[in-house]
Amino acid sequence: MEVRDLHVSFTGRLGLGAGLVGKKAAVARAVDGVSLSLQKGEVLALAGESGCGKTTAARAIMGLERPHRGEILYEDEPIWKDLRAYRRKVQMVFQDPTGALNPRETVYESVAEGLRIHRVPGDERTQVAKALSSAGMRPPERFFLNYPHELSGGQRQRVVIAGALVLEPHMIVADEPVSNLDASVRGEILALLMDLRRRLGLTILIVTHDLGLAWMVADRVAVMYLGRVVEIGPAEDVLVHPKHPYTKALLDVVPEVGGGGRPILKGEPPDPTRIPAGCRFHPRCPVVASGRAERLGILGRCTGEDLGLEQKAPGHQVACYLTELGEEP
Amino acid sequence: MSLLSVDELQVTYQTQGGPVPAVRGVAFELARGEVLGLAGESGCGKSTIAGAILRLLPKGTDVSGRVLLDDQNVLELKPGKLRAVRWTEASIVFQGAMHALNPVQRIGDQIAEPIILHGQAGEREALVRAGSLLEQVGLPARRLRDYPHELSGGQRQRVMIAMALACSPRLIIADEPTTALDVMVQAQVLRLLKELQRELGLAMIFITHDLSVLVETCDRLAVMYAGRIIEEGAADTVFRQPAHPYTRALSAAFPEIGDARFRMHPAGLPGDPPYPADLPSGCTFHPRCPDAFGPCSTVDPPLFDVSPGRRAACLLLDAGRASLRAAARTDDHADDDLPAEGQG
Repeated sequence: MEVRDLHVSFTGRLGLGAGLVGKKAAVARAVDGVSLSLQKGEVLALAGESGCGKTTAARAIMGLERPHRGEILYEDEPIWKDLRAYRRKVQMVFQDPTGALNPRETVYESVAEGLRIHRVPGDERTQVAKALSSAGMRPPERFFLNYPHELSGGQRQRVVIAGALVLEPHMIVADEPVSNLDASVRGEILALLMDLRRRLGLTILIVTHDLGLAWMVADRVAVMYLGRVVEIGPAEDVLVHPKHPYTKALLDVVPEVGGGGRPILKGEPPDPTRIPAGCRFHPRCPVVASGRAERLGILGRCTGEDLGLEQKAPGHQVACYLTELGEEP
Repeated sequence: MSLLSVDELQVTYQTQGGPVPAVRGVAFELARGEVLGLAGESGCGKSTIAGAILRLLPKGTDVSGRVLLDDQNVLELKPGKLRAVRWTEASIVFQGAMHALNPVQRIGDQIAEPIILHGQAGEREALVRAGSLLEQVGLPARRLRDYPHELSGGQRQRVMIAMALACSPRLIIADEPTTALDVMVQAQVLRLLKELQRELGLAMIFITHDLSVLVETCDRLAVMYAGRIIEEGAADTVFRQPAHPYTRALSAAFPEIGDARFRMHPAGLPGDPPYPADLPSGCTFHPRCPDAFGPCSTVDPPLFDVSPGRRAACLLLDAGRASLRAAARTDDHADDDLPAEGQG
């Protein structure tokens, strides 16, 4: 899959009077120029805090949001050419299993839905059983007539995953697949995703705010901030030797034994209707705040010149002026 | 002498489906200025304990045992004295703070409210105090005039903390104070709580399912499962060298980034934490326990001593107890807290 210069914006609504006096509605640039690629069979984590645009990017990749600029190619074809065929190959697993399942539909019905919508030929019962079994619900027939409320949280998420698997997709986009589950259950579902990748050769894009999760399951990690990818590369590199000050700041505050002494960014990310000039992270960047950017002579660029991802090492890209100088955050 | 002493606390909710035992015999002590973490997942009873300490549970709920706050048994206080204790001796920062604020009242008035109600100051002075409380939690005093919707989630959480501090209590109970906050905002709020705790010498009970957060903020940690404490001890020891299989599984959900052992190796427990109304026999954890053996399905283990200040409710520890004690005497290392393999 190839995403090129993706831009997705949302226009706010105006109150009655505001429109009359010529006020312009604020435009939120939720995804503001994102490019990335996914190889078959790999697991990419799209990580960042709320508001960074990761869910919007995932939804655009699924064809659920219309970008106003940029391309999304799957196997070299733009997805918009035949969205229906595309959706059979790329399925989404949503965040909240309780919300994603219709409480009045049985497990069987929930899983069969996709087959019916896409009018997939073949024996429906066999296909549903196979999907549930793949998702770890065994024997599958035992669960056919259950309703979501009769299942545990982990089981509900497995049903959601089965619903995605029943169409035998090549790729799954999972948006916070375990954040609504109890902590001790999360590992199970993550292990399932890993197993599916191994057995079925699935490609997986995981959207998450949890860098620990990325460490557990991702081959590569892309860190987003305010609509852009600021760092992307192999998990071992990005999560252990981060090259972007924002990635480093996120890792610094992951709670741990003996932690808490490290610098914490002030404030919160600005909203996407007011993206700062220059490098969008500069108002919160510790390298700027400490004066180091000035000493290195890059301050002017940090505050005045927007920048994209630059190659740091093979497969590892960073959007930061420190990179050119060979400096670490 | 402890500030808070909880003994044999039992809480049973009365529901349409019958009695539901949410807390089944919990005991712990909290010294002045100490921070205790209470860890556990849905249904373990940790939030119920918070409510029980200040008697904020629904009418008709059965609460028994003793909750001694500075030697007064809160469970036996008359309404007048209870009101005096609430907010001024101990207060709570609730879960889901963003939704706990009154949307049509300015936040300054909301912070001032308990001060006025508890007769600590008149309206004008209470507002002044509210302003300085806001500054204490890192917000400018002028935001007294804001309504909750004008604040971000993190800022609203700070307002909840300011409210909890309003009447200068000695104990703060924080129930999932940073859940649903972004990791950066969470770090800010945790740091704030830590600073305030140190500055004001507060005792704190920090309730959350996130073990990693507790490890960073608490002196001691108690892990709850199905209404009981199943492990307790120094925070970093419990996290790093868990003695109970459940604690081990829970801490595996919070990997150390950079540690190769956690890479591509997610492992979780089958099933779900049990419903309090439908608890398994014997050790309530046994159906999900990777180390369960014979007696586990019939015997409900009490907390066994693993080492001074460290206890866990697991039969594996009882079986190996003799050898663990001997080892502890000869070597001070914390590694000896691990249950002996193959025992019992």
